[in-house]
Amino acid sequence: MNKPVDSKVDGRRGFLKAGAVVAGAAVAPGVLLYGVAHSRPPEEAASSDVRWGMLIDSAKCGDGCNDCVTACNEENGLSGANGPQDTQYIRKLDIKDLRNGRVHSLPMLCQHCENPPCVDVCPTGASMKRADGIVLVDRHICIGCRYCMMACPYKARSFVHETITDQNPEVPRGKGCVESCTFCVQRVDRDENPACVDACNANGHQAMVFGDMNDPESAISKALKSHASTEVRADLGLNTGVRYQGI
Amino acid sequence: MARLANWLRLAAMIAAAAITAAVSFPAAAGVDLPTLEKGKGEKCVEDTQYMRKNHMDLLKHHRDDTMRKGIRTTKHSLKKCIECHASEKSGSVAASKEDFCAACHSYVSVKLDCWDCHATKPGKSPQPKVGLAPLKAAVSPLLASSINGASK
Repeated sequence: MNKPVDSKVDGRRGFLKAGAVVAGAAVAPGVLLYGVAHSRPPEEAASSDVRWGMLIDSAKCGDGCNDCVTACNEENGLSGANGPQDTQYIRKLDIKDLRNGRVHSLPMLCQHCENPPCVDVCPTGASMKRADGIVLVDRHICIGCRYCMMACPYKARSFVHETITDQNPEVPRGKGCVESCTFCVQRVDRDENPACVDACNANGHQAMVFGDMNDPESAISKALKSHASTEVRADLGLNTGVRYQGI
Repeated sequence: MARLANWLRLAAMIAAAAITAAVSFPAAAGVDLPTLEKGKGEKCVEDTQYMRKNHMDLLKHHRDDTMRKGIRTTKHSLKKCIECHASEKSGSVAASKEDFCAACHSYVSVKLDCWDCHATKPGKSPQPKVGLAPLKAAVSPLLASSINGASK
């Protein structure tokens, strides 16, 4: 029944495959995918055709492993301290179901909601959602009122209380502003994974998948299609960009 | 006669004024200008006079484009400014009063709050990626198709 469609797709695949091989032939084998996979040129604005998302498998998430947090702290220049006034973009939670004793370990971070309450309540427009679904704080116009921190159901945002020096040039941050996980937007814009995902892959847990949820061919879309996944506080109807498996 | 005396008096006053001025403003011929430490850059991305007048608008425009839209061109980005203009002595654009940004802004008493958040020193440039490792889950449909095709 689908034959005509299939043959058309196959024809196109064949053509693209040939094209990719020709493109790849010009460079070393290892560099082949760079040219083909690079998604967005620097002069092009982020597009709503893409929606960045993350799928976290709590069954694969290592008990006691903190590598995602460490990588995040290093990438974003966070101190790593856990005090009530210290910034955390991502934190590891151990959750126990008291009825049966089952324990989960999972990282909690900004859920990059499609309908973010932090953006709703911001009085200046500093709390914003980029076209590709990444929720950010524009520190140039953040007045530090912290309404967004109160609105966030995930406790994902932090306020910078002290003067900061020696920032990472790619991650400007300073006193008087609210901040939270950015999905490492500086890395995503040059076609890399967020630091936490790379760290999780590097240590072999591979509990985090990052990708474009609008692209049916992406690993995250395929995983979401084939496995049951959960949004934390799905009842709020926020359509989160971070999904969990096994919780 | 009276007219000549008037002229002499006027000339004397002008001479006196000139002397006074010369004493109170020793550099009257050229006012002290800010002194700038040398950076590594050879030539700016725009004409110097244009930059003196408009750099703040370029930076602000670029800041909003990058922050809100994710446009990451480098021509007018603060990061690239810093990479070129950081002084050879301190490695920064605002560590000492002679560094590039601080020199003029302290001269005209303008306080910059850029450096509350932004680094004043260039960082390590991200390594150009090579190979398969950084390939993200979200490969383009084009690539995904070619992989699917290849695996069949």
